[in-house]
This record gives sequence, structure tokens and C-alpha cells, in this order.
Amino acid sequence: MSSTELNALVTQVRRDILRMVHKVNSGHPGGSLGCTEFLVALYSKVMNHKTEFDMNGRNEDLFFLSNGHISPVIYSVLARSGYFPVEELNTFRLLDSRLQGHPTTHEGLPGIRIASGSLGQGMSVAIGAAHSKKLNKDQSIVYSLHGDGELQEGQNWEAILYAAAKKVDNLIATIDLNGKQIDGPTDDVLYMGDLKAKFEAFDWSVIEIDAGNDIEAILEGMTAAKEASGKGKPVCVLLKTMMGNGVDFMMHTHAWHGKAPNDEQLAIALGQNPETLGDY
Amino acid sequence: MKTYTYTDKKDTRSGFGAGLTELGRNNPNVVALCADLVGSLKMNQFIDENPERFFQIGIAEANMMGIAAGLTIGGKIPFTGTFANFSTGRVYDQIRQSIAYSGKNVKICASHAGLTLGEDGATHQILEDIGLMKMLPGMVVINPCDYNQTKAATIAIADYIGPVYLRFGRPSVPVFTPENQVFEIGKAIQLTEGTDVTIVATGHLVWEALEASKVLEAKDISAEVINIHTIKPLDKTAILKSVAKTGCVVTAEEHNYHGGLGESVARVLALNTPAPQEFVATDDTFGESGTPTQLMKKYGIDSATIVQKVQKVIARK
Repeated sequence: MSSTELNALVTQVRRDILRMVHKVNSGHPGGSLGCTEFLVALYSKVMNHKTEFDMNGRNEDLFFLSNGHISPVIYSVLARSGYFPVEELNTFRLLDSRLQGHPTTHEGLPGIRIASGSLGQGMSVAIGAAHSKKLNKDQSIVYSLHGDGELQEGQNWEAILYAAAKKVDNLIATIDLNGKQIDGPTDDVLYMGDLKAKFEAFDWSVIEIDAGNDIEAILEGMTAAKEASGKGKPVCVLLKTMMGNGVDFMMHTHAWHGKAPNDEQLAIALGQNPETLGDY
Repeated sequence: MKTYTYTDKKDTRSGFGAGLTELGRNNPNVVALCADLVGSLKMNQFIDENPERFFQIGIAEANMMGIAAGLTIGGKIPFTGTFANFSTGRVYDQIRQSIAYSGKNVKICASHAGLTLGEDGATHQILEDIGLMKMLPGMVVINPCDYNQTKAATIAIADYIGPVYLRFGRPSVPVFTPENQVFEIGKAIQLTEGTDVTIVATGHLVWEALEASKVLEAKDISAEVINIHTIKPLDKTAILKSVAKTGCVVTAEEHNYHGGLGESVARVLALNTPAPQEFVATDDTFGESGTPTQLMKKYGIDSATIVQKVQKVIARK
């Protein structure tokens, strides 16, 4: 897939996110938009994955979303990657839908391998899946994504300590560094200091992607991350993103963490992201 | 009345260790995890024989539950081992989201449950774990009564697909169930036949119930003792069949009456054939330091209390 095609997919995924949360007047557009380029790059270029879903995911790369509240972006990317019909995005957060508010295996949605939403649990799960791959002599990589605010949950630090100690080097955990959480900037809510230094102190390889909303920069960074894997250390990618990216009034604020646009705001936001691959 | 004797006393946690060792030899998908308690959980032989299939997590139970959930992806059958307190209350949300709601095939194996942990005291003596676990949709809850049954249960749960909570204990207790028995999840075992009262017991209280039934027989009271090793799913048929005959029931468990086996039995009776019931359980309290025998007496979860409650429930018929 070319850069032009990837960027077209990014624009379409943004439209999907905005229309999903608008329809049900709930959900989390800010972080979803901030991670759109990353997840499009991951599923389109970075991961070696099958589109026919099998829970055990043998001999393919796996992805675990730990910050489950950005479900709109993973649903859109999974649907646009062929895991389920894009029309199903229309059921997001509705009764009897497989697209629950936060992702779950419970309704059998292809592409989802763990429930997430209660924060801080995904890295442990990803480590377990990485262990399973090694036991199965499967050379594939396990990817995970975590919010930066999510690192305030202590279980992450149990997992970070463990993964390095046990040399879980088939794991690439990405931290979405958007600097924002529900109550405000992460630096104000609970200052976490230098995360690069912290991960390095825990003996992880750290790759920084400063332009975390630029497809080329993401691909370059994830190539470096893959190269760093398999060398005795887990790999952390610090991905600097802009919450609400692609919609001007949703950027530079934490206000759109968990708020849906109204009709007028939706029209403006969609105007900034013209249809590319066809709306669902 | 059929009487039960024993020649040996063993801890149920050693039954777990023996079962895990056997699984290690026969089922290549079984893996084990522990949070710094391999000696207490009797996991050493499994570890010696299968070092690549054991994961020492360190003192980090939340991480252990998540790693166990992840290990199922790829087909492994993880058995986690730590004390019951750290297997449940400490990691409730990790079990709820990453294991139960996610439908993962994790076996949560919990030693040192209840008061009989003894001298360590209330910080470690969880009396709420059955309640916590049985409330989780889809969670199977098993509390075997002796070494042989714990070994059999450990082996059986590997063949069941889905999350299981397996609860066992620290002290040596009489071994009275047959060796190499087949363990059927959810199938109660009637130990004695009786006509005056049904005693439904689980875990360490099953032996206490058998002891009580001997005392009761001497008082001309005929007790039917049922070993309920599986609290969820509960064998309603066995309970209703017995109570239809005896007309009353005493439940006995090493757990708070809130959330325990007794409440599950009461629901079955209330929905079908209401009958007088008495509860042998701890009375909404924490434990304390002491020997297992002292604690069982003080907190009213021994054979003497079962005898008293039987007399009381018969008087209410």
C-alpha cells in the first residue's frame, strides 16, 4: 500500500470514528483520532497478520489494545482490514452489537483477542501471548498499545519489570504519548517524568517516534522497533501523538477525550476529512 | 450407616501439586505460573520436570493473571498458583476483565484458603473468595475435600474449557476418598445415606460432617452427608432429591455465610422446595492467629457445631 493509499485510509478511518461516536452521542474520539495513523500503519504495513480470524493467532503477529476506550479506531481499522463488514460499524455501542463500548471477545468480534477498558491490563496479556508464541516456536511479534495516562496503573510496572527480567523480546509495546487524560494534562494529573529514561532504566529498548501522526515517521520507527526485537530485550515505542488529530477543534485540548460532536461539529469535522474509500 | 476411616493425613495443596505433576507428564499444553510461592503450592516437581513450561512471576499477582490470560492465546492451559487471598480479592478486576469476561481458559489454583491457614492470621485467611468467584459469570468454583479429591480435581479441570477457581488448603487433613477417582465437575457425591437431615458440606468441612454424622447416629439421628466439591455449577438435583427425603438441610463450609455455599443452596431450595436450613460458616467476621483446630472451634466451623445446627434444624421441621 502506497503512502497516498495509507493516507486515504487514515482519512476514511477518521470519518468512521467521528460518525460512530456522533450517532450514539458517546465514545472516545480524541484518543481514537490521535492513534489513527499508527493503527492504519500497523494493520496495513507493519504487522504480518491474517484477515481470517483465529483466536490462537499462530504464525501471525498479534495486536492487543490495552487502552480499550479508543475502540472506535480499532473497530474501523479492523473492519477496513477485512475482519468484519464495514456496515457493522453502524452498530457501535448499540444494544445487541458486537461493537461494545469497549472491545471484548464476549460477543465474538473477529480481531479482538482480549477485553480491555479497565486500564493497565494489556501489557501483561501481551507478555502472556508472547510467551505462548515462544513455546509454540512461533517467530511472530506481539504488539500492544497503551495510553500514557494508563501507565499510572501499577500493573504496568509489574509487567515492565517482568518483561525485561524474562527477556520477552518478541514484544513491541507502544505508548501513546498524547500528554492528556480525562482530568487534564498528564503532567498536571500525575507527573510521570522522563518515560524514556524510565523504560531504559527497566532495561527495555526504546524507540521514539516524535511525529506520531505522520505515516512515514511511524513506518520508519516501527521498522526500527522490529529490528530491535529478538535481541534479548522487550521493545517500547514512545509515540508522540496529537489527541484529536485531523479535526482542528479537537486538537490541543483534552476536551474530546470522551465527548461526541453534535450535528454541526460533525459536519465541520467531516468537511475537514473528505470521503475517500466510501462511508459505511 | 456407611462409615469412613482414614489411614493417612495429607494437605490438599499436595494433592494439587501431585495433580499438576501428572498433567505436566500427560498434557503438553499445561503451563504453570506462580507468584513466589512454589514451595507452598507444591509446584516443585512440575517445575523440575517442565522448566520451560513454568513461569515464575515474582510477587506480582495482577501481572500473573494477565500473563495467564495471554498464554491461552496460542492454546496453552495456564494454572496459576498462589494463596487464595492473592488469587481472588487482590486481583479481582484482572480476573473479571482479562479472564472471566474474556472467556479465557485459565485455572486459578488457590491454596491456604480459609481459617485453617492458621497462625498467619486474618490478612491471609480469606473467607470471601467463594463469593467473589461464584459471582463472576462463567466461573466454575471447586473446593475439594482431601488430597485424593484435590488431585483428581486438578487433573479434571485441564479437560474443561473455561475459567475455573480451584480452592484448597494448608493443613493436613484425613484422606478418605478413593485414590485415582474420576472427578466430575458439578456432580455431588453422596457419602452417607440418611433420613432425618441432609448435610451439604464442602472442602475441609466434609470430614467434619462425616465426624458429626457419627455423633448424630449415636443420638439416633440419621444424617445424609453430601460432598459438594463444586459450588458452581451447583448439583441442584442431588440437593433437592436428598432434601425431599429428609426435609431439612445444614450447609457447612470454611467461608463467610455471606456469599458462600449456604446461600447457593438456600436459593435452590427457595426456588423449588423451601425447607428449614442452618448454616455452618463464619459469621461475617475476619479470622485471627491460632491453630487450625482452635480456629475452627472458635469460629464455629467444626463437627461439634454441625451437630448443634443439625439438632436445631430438625426442631424447625
